[in-house]
Amino acid sequence: MFLQRFLALLSTRNKEFLRDRSSVGWNIFMPVLIVAGFALVFTGDFADQYKVGIAHPVQSSNQAISPLETFLQTKYIDFINVTDIASAKIKVQRHQLDMLIDTTNQQYWINDESPNGYLVEKVMLASLDSVLKKQTVSGKEIRYVDWVIPGILSMNIMFSALFGVGYVIVRYRKNGMLKRLKATPVTALEYLSAQVVSRLILIMVITVFIFYGTNLFIGYAMFGSHLSLFLVFTLGAFSMISLGLVVAARITSEETAGGLLNLISWPMMFLSGVWFSLEGTNPMMQQLAEIFPLTHLTAAARSIMIDGAGLLDISYHLIILAAQSLVFLVIGALLFRWE
Amino acid sequence: MTEALLEVRDLVKHYPRIKAVNGVSFSLKPGTCFGLLGPNGAGKTTTVEILEGIHEPTLGEVLYKGEPVGQRFRNEAGIMFQSTALQDFISVRETLEMFARLYPRNADLDDLIQRCHLGSYLEQDNRLLSGGQRQRLLLAIALVNDPTIIFLDEPTTGLDPQSRRNFWDLIESIKTQGKTILLTTHYMDEAYVLCDEIAIMDHGKIIAHGTPKELLAAHFNDVILQLPESDISHAVHLPFTTHKRKELIEITTNDVNRTIEELMAHDISLAHLQIRSRNLDDLFLELTGKELRN
Repeated sequence: MFLQRFLALLSTRNKEFLRDRSSVGWNIFMPVLIVAGFALVFTGDFADQYKVGIAHPVQSSNQAISPLETFLQTKYIDFINVTDIASAKIKVQRHQLDMLIDTTNQQYWINDESPNGYLVEKVMLASLDSVLKKQTVSGKEIRYVDWVIPGILSMNIMFSALFGVGYVIVRYRKNGMLKRLKATPVTALEYLSAQVVSRLILIMVITVFIFYGTNLFIGYAMFGSHLSLFLVFTLGAFSMISLGLVVAARITSEETAGGLLNLISWPMMFLSGVWFSLEGTNPMMQQLAEIFPLTHLTAAARSIMIDGAGLLDISYHLIILAAQSLVFLVIGALLFRWE
Repeated sequence: MTEALLEVRDLVKHYPRIKAVNGVSFSLKPGTCFGLLGPNGAGKTTTVEILEGIHEPTLGEVLYKGEPVGQRFRNEAGIMFQSTALQDFISVRETLEMFARLYPRNADLDDLIQRCHLGSYLEQDNRLLSGGQRQRLLLAIALVNDPTIIFLDEPTTGLDPQSRRNFWDLIESIKTQGKTILLTTHYMDEAYVLCDEIAIMDHGKIIAHGTPKELLAAHFNDVILQLPESDISHAVHLPFTTHKRKELIEITTNDVNRTIEELMAHDISLAHLQIRSRNLDDLFLELTGKELRN
């Protein structure tokens, strides 16, 4: 009977969502519009700020300031400490770093195809007698839209999961639908499973549609496995849906649910690295971002798409997303009330 | 003596500031229709929702076929709440099919659709149903599992007279199938027509219990004579208590002959005289008072 009841609830919920044209339209067209907007606005440019990676940072001393230290104080250049030269070189290839300087080995890298790299090099050479040995790399530019698309898809998953589950369950509770189901043999597990799976299927179908649909026109950089990306988005969506269940567990007012969902989703949207890199930001903000599932979902998806990472490379994010899903699911199930 | 299908013993439900149900006991015999009546806030819905397993009682117990209410009860009970939202964008047929798949036993859906007169709008979206259509669908949902016991909580509230009569016919047809029904209603005529046994609740307690005829016989041994106000001269002083209701003068008496003789003695025309027996409306007002309840 579990499967029969589960499938009955699942198929009805799917039909209800798919026939609600405004809801489907909103879920599909909003992210498409955002992606299209960013593709138009940021064509070709990553940002108007230069980024230089520094391997083995210069230790300040009481002696006279070295020419390199003078360069490191240049305005409008974001100097980012890097520990892994190999991955930093890939970022230079992808135009995510305009220059990489290895102070120990007295060498630097720029991308010959990067206008920003050319300008930063000129600034650097003007600042010091060049004791560094020039190296060059080449690679396809990573546009801002390539960088931002994993975040936009993740953000869309977040909104669809939180509001699609959280808000809908609260609405059902308020209008008496949950009470009606409580009077049937349906258990809370059957009902919640159907809601979770229904939303998961819908989110993934919509995400795939948006990804491949917009990719036809924009042509994203995709250096990793499509299957890995699909798995990451599925796990991320599951985590967000579970968080939605916690919110919807007992609330009876749609207004309260809406407020709480906004309280959760808006900080995540701005502080999870969707729009800008968290590298070089305030350490406290970086620590805060670590607690958000959206941070790990975005970082994992971006690593696959831009860095070509495999699942093992992003296992840290996957473990956190899985652990958060489990915790949210248990809390949501324990707190759940039909009325 | 027939064993009760549902037995309610000393039911109590306390909320922080309200005693909603305060020691209610009754039982439902198989194949009967039991009416639970009472003014707003009397505790009817709370009582019924405890029986349905929606709320836990503070004290007391509910036994279905001699066992505490559990999975067996949920499988065999049909419930129609006072207000239930139906899922948007889902048709009447899909709604019935979904609920049918939630139960291990089902009624014949085609028969159910025919009996509840759902055939002509079977593919219609739930959002587009009229009040009467919606109530018939909710009744069909309550019957979808071929229930042994059916709870109907104010099923005809808000319906037009035709829809109400139509609904009564449906309930009568359910009764003929030997189903047990618990009905709550504000309409005394409805209770009189449909119920074999009634209990009147007020302030969380049952204040009267029996068949409609038993209750009327126990509380009234008089009848009401009604005359148009225009037929009675203001100067006449009648030797009995009268009540004015709209344009009628009502005389309550347990001796019709003597009252008529008095009227004739006062030269009052009896051309428009009407005599009516006491009904459940009178009993309800007598027991629960005439003050407006919130």
